[in-house]
Amino acid sequence: MSLAPVLALSGIHKGFPGVKALSDVSLRLFPGEVHALMGQNGAGKSTLIKVLTGLFQPDAGTITLDGQAIAPKRTEDAQDLGIRTVYQEVNLCPNLSVAENICAGRFPRKSWLGGGRIDWTAVRAEARRVLSQMDLDIDVTAPLSRYSLSVQQMVAIARTLRISARVLILDEPTSSLDDAAVQRLFTVLRRLRDQGLAILFVTHFLDQTYALADRITVMRNGETEGEYPAAELSRLALVNKMVGAPPDQQPTRLDSRASQTGTPVLKAEGLGRRGALHPLDLELRCGEVVGLAGLLGSGRTEAARLLFGADSADAGHVEMHGRSRRWHSPREAIAAGIAFCSEDRKHEGAILELSVRDNILLALQARAGLRLVMSREQQQALAEDYIKRLGIKTASADMPMGQLSGGNQQKALLARWLATQPAVLILDEPTRGIDVRAKEDLMDQVRALAVGQDADAGMAVLFISSELPEVLHCSDRLLVLRDRRAAGEYRRGELDERSVLEVIAAESA
Amino acid sequence: MKDAALPMPTQRVPATPLWRHPLARPLAALALLLAVAAVFVPGFFHLEIKDSHLYGSLVDILNRAAPLMLAALGMTLVIATRGIDVSVGAVVAIAGTVACVLVGSHGLAIAFAAALGAALLCGLWNGLLVSVLGLQPIIATLILMVAGRGLAQLLTDGQIITVYEPASFFWLGAGHLLGLPVSIFVVALVAGLTALLMSRTALGLFIQTVGINPVAARLAGVRTAAIVFFVYVYCSLGAGLAGLMISSNIKSADANNAGLLLELDAILAVTLGGGQLSGGKFSLAGSLIGALIIQTLTSTIYAMGVPPQVTMVVKAVVVFAVCISQSSFWSRKSA
Repeated sequence: MSLAPVLALSGIHKGFPGVKALSDVSLRLFPGEVHALMGQNGAGKSTLIKVLTGLFQPDAGTITLDGQAIAPKRTEDAQDLGIRTVYQEVNLCPNLSVAENICAGRFPRKSWLGGGRIDWTAVRAEARRVLSQMDLDIDVTAPLSRYSLSVQQMVAIARTLRISARVLILDEPTSSLDDAAVQRLFTVLRRLRDQGLAILFVTHFLDQTYALADRITVMRNGETEGEYPAAELSRLALVNKMVGAPPDQQPTRLDSRASQTGTPVLKAEGLGRRGALHPLDLELRCGEVVGLAGLLGSGRTEAARLLFGADSADAGHVEMHGRSRRWHSPREAIAAGIAFCSEDRKHEGAILELSVRDNILLALQARAGLRLVMSREQQQALAEDYIKRLGIKTASADMPMGQLSGGNQQKALLARWLATQPAVLILDEPTRGIDVRAKEDLMDQVRALAVGQDADAGMAVLFISSELPEVLHCSDRLLVLRDRRAAGEYRRGELDERSVLEVIAAESA
Repeated sequence: MKDAALPMPTQRVPATPLWRHPLARPLAALALLLAVAAVFVPGFFHLEIKDSHLYGSLVDILNRAAPLMLAALGMTLVIATRGIDVSVGAVVAIAGTVACVLVGSHGLAIAFAAALGAALLCGLWNGLLVSVLGLQPIIATLILMVAGRGLAQLLTDGQIITVYEPASFFWLGAGHLLGLPVSIFVVALVAGLTALLMSRTALGLFIQTVGINPVAARLAGVRTAAIVFFVYVYCSLGAGLAGLMISSNIKSADANNAGLLLELDAILAVTLGGGQLSGGKFSLAGSLIGALIIQTLTSTIYAMGVPPQVTMVVKAVVVFAVCISQSSFWSRKSA
């Protein structure tokens, strides 16, 4: 490309305690292009955007705007430089008028002779000017709440365009829009691109990427996988780069396992929930690790939550040990022997201010009710036993959970569920956001758990991960989801990485 | 081992110095207040035995703080679940009124049981609104705060009901046991039972879990709704007992003024004791100390002869100082 990039990042590093979030990341944005930033959960997209918008400062690396090095320290700095961001959730005031929303924070004012008051005529004119730039004709004096989400999204964009924007960052702008609204948004974005704006578009929808983007940068595991012209990167190749090439050197466990199967423990028949998951059949057996693969939004987590009763199913039922059951709450599923380690460790797992011991004990105690399951000494011994067995790095069992690193918190949560001695263990992204060594540790633990002493003693494990190599490495059987329904199931020995990728990447019907 | 040589940044020595103890600041504040009182109020620490009863400012403070301490215990648990109960004062009025209306005609046992029964109903109502219907705690309990005094006034036709007999009715609020006010024993008993309930069952763990992370609590199988329901019932029962104590002490039911603003003092006591309104970790002892701080302050100001119109301002200044000293602002600075 002959033009110089308007924004360029190179060698960006960013780490948090126990986590390497970004490692040698580079990104180039040219004027007049839509650039898609793709990557799975935890690939580092949001961290990168936070670096760009000044929310985080990189540990190393350079950011240049028009060839000048910049170091935004606050979001205001980035905004003043012309790097504007529209976030997933619309951040506007629905009860104020469209014009007020567009100009809020930087109202045109009358001169001091006029009292320095807000010049409402100018506010309206300004709002109309920006909206016409986007070819959007709406009443700027009407309250924003009168308009649909897609129009509100466009008003949010208009707001960022008012002050000479050089770069527009859109973080998952379409996740709450329907198809028609997405098309309208895209028309506006193409128009802005043609006016010379550089647009960075973050999404996990493949169809939308190909409909809009000129070039694609793929991130994986906090690193830049590569930068490609959209026309030259096939869907299959893109997904391959997002989920990681299947490891050639490592023999997958699918072949190495003995072929005998345990007795079925948990069976789901037509389990579904409107808007979350189409009816799904699933069977988990003793001593078996079943992998659940698919892209973000494919229904993986939704399936896990239905199996665990965290959400209630409106179709189908589950069978536990051959008995038909319907969960009304996680409590019932836990009582029946199911454990669920959520992907959202911070919000759905860890009790950060309580000790590691209390965190480990919680599910076991909750199942028992108010009567203490064991004496304080026994609690201490149990916690210390798991700390040792899982190699949790903590000064003591009394340490507040919040002082542990992410990987060690994850292990403590695993310990919480192991302590309940479940028949079925559901692990949703157990390796997300933890460093490579902790990942390997954890996967070893998972494998050891399922095997147990003999096939019928081991537990059934449902393993969900965005990392295809991880799933392949761990699973005896693989279920692929796409568009919230099952798209393929692979038994031991019939696995072919390429066909898995094809199923994951296939165009939605 | 290779691992042992690696630095572990998450580790910190678990032994905390004495001044870092959560109760250190509330205790220091109380000690400071007592020291000030000793300087300005002659004979503040003087205790004497008259008619085989112990008299003195300190005993008086404990006695007067008793209703507040009962309310603060309940408020501690409510706040630990991220909630708040502003209906405490109204429940005090209801319980006191029910007891005073019934005690003359139906006897002490029925009157007390009915008063606590009324408080229980109030708690069930609050629990229903917050935990089952999912209303915001402050709004849910505001309903009873407003309606409760009205209900109490309906019971008394807007009059102050004075109780003349039985004399046993006055024992709870004004009687003596082993030379000390009965109210002190009641508070000790309630506090002791509550502490046992928290340590000998998993209730304390569940309450903290629900307060810190309700979503994670539910996913771990904790009966979050039941826990939230319980704390409101418990808080109202404590308020009911406080209402009995107050009406027994003043020998009357004053639907308008009994326990007026007690909920705010209770919230303040929890805060002064180190409790966070954002829920989670709680300390029953801290809240009791907080209640004592408030009562010591009030008594001292009166004893110093500060004009009543200035009292509230002085109280506000001291509370401001204590709250500021406990702000996380300082720990951030030193960290």
